[in-house]
Amino acid sequence: MNSTHHTVVVTGIGATTPLGGDAASTWEAMLAGRSGISLLEQEWAADLPVRIAGQIAVEPTEIIPRPQARKLDRSAQFALVAAYEAWKDAGFTGKAGDEQAVDPDRLGAVIASGIGGVTTLLDQYDVLKEKGVRRVSPHTVPMLMPNSPSANVGIELNARAGVHTPVSACASGAEAIGYAIEMIRTGRADVVVAGGTEAAIHPLPIVAFGNMMAMSKNNDDPQGASRPYDVDRNGFVLGEGAGVIVLESEEHAKARGAKIYAEAVGQGISADAHHITQPEPSGTGIAQAVQNLLDNTGLKPSEIMHANAHATSTPQGDIGEIRALRKVLGDDLDHIAISATKSMTGHLLGGAGGVETVATVLALKNRIAPPTINIDNLDPEANADIVRGEPRPLPEGTIAALNDSFGFGGHNVVLAFRTV
Amino acid sequence: MAATQEEIVKGLAEIVNEIAGIPVEDVKLDKSFTDDLDVDSLSMVEVVVAAEERFDVKIPDEDVKNLKTVGDASDYILKHQG
Repeated sequence: MNSTHHTVVVTGIGATTPLGGDAASTWEAMLAGRSGISLLEQEWAADLPVRIAGQIAVEPTEIIPRPQARKLDRSAQFALVAAYEAWKDAGFTGKAGDEQAVDPDRLGAVIASGIGGVTTLLDQYDVLKEKGVRRVSPHTVPMLMPNSPSANVGIELNARAGVHTPVSACASGAEAIGYAIEMIRTGRADVVVAGGTEAAIHPLPIVAFGNMMAMSKNNDDPQGASRPYDVDRNGFVLGEGAGVIVLESEEHAKARGAKIYAEAVGQGISADAHHITQPEPSGTGIAQAVQNLLDNTGLKPSEIMHANAHATSTPQGDIGEIRALRKVLGDDLDHIAISATKSMTGHLLGGAGGVETVATVLALKNRIAPPTINIDNLDPEANADIVRGEPRPLPEGTIAALNDSFGFGGHNVVLAFRTV
Repeated sequence: MAATQEEIVKGLAEIVNEIAGIPVEDVKLDKSFTDDLDVDSLSMVEVVVAAEERFDVKIPDEDVKNLKTVGDASDYILKHQG
């Protein structure tokens, strides 16, 4: 293994979200300030206290052939769609090994999910109760295991350098990307396909999150329900989908003449060690993650011009994050244009870090930050430059952006990217 | 009324098409489920369960390993159908 640490860059992006079936349509909707939240019209939702969600814009079964799709949980279907898009966007065709460009032994995959194949698990339990033992699908275990999305992406692309699945609730997607950056930085791989996926729109997760008092019950106004930083925010809105990027060592990308979206500067990670669901109220854990990022990477606060916030539209969380950023970044927070794209996508749980990394990278590439929608009355405690209404142009020169993700369990992950 | 071999092969072809996406006309007596029809060991369990329902036959787990080709399966069903 090479002891030199490698610079890591982003060479491909893919997404399938409530806003669009690919990264381009998702990004276009974000810049237009469009909401992807809608009423759940399914029969099973009729009597639930929460009847809104960010449902996928393009069903993955329109893309993945049916014989393959029926052996994949919905979360793995999303991951495959986004991974294929990112892979092709990076300029690859076929599988690793089919061509000179990527050696399978130097290709990794790190795709995370917060919950895994929960709909498969619950649906097959229904089959067991209603139709009996013989009818339970023999594909149930490989469909429900949380490493199924990463394993399937790894098999499809022939990734043999290592396939991983970090699980840290709503920080999972970001942790996957952070893990992938380290795989390349330390020389374990030249190329890693990384991101997050989630498919949990099912009555049980919705009721369970609802009973935690974590979700918005604004069923009368689906598109206005996810409202980070607004004084009337009252919980997150569940979304589904996946975001995946292709990470690559700079020398590998340059050697094959790949287009480069941004540098993946690195990550800062910490844990609250406080409460299984409540964030530590003073924001110490989040602040420590940001400080670790700065210490690990040498990134200067003066370079940071944009942040895709975790901001899920909960009363405590949104403000705690701003306080923590202020604690570490001080006056430098004033030049950081903050976007909360969950106002449009809803909260994709383990998929959030993937989709929001795609948004962060596109914001740097296009030098424009998407708006946070639904802020009718900005919470005065959101003491930062929140982008609202129109998208905001970002400055010229070399600039950096953060992507924050925090998860139940007290997991804090902050990723940083920089223009090239 | 018991199914004829022709009916059984047609039924198996529809089941394999449903599960593995192989065109119905490619499912012939001499075809191997694993090597020719993209039916792996997990999907074979699905084929067996679907065939049991369709042809009113019981195929115990220990017999499944002997059903290598479409012909093996149709012979088994012909012999054991209710």
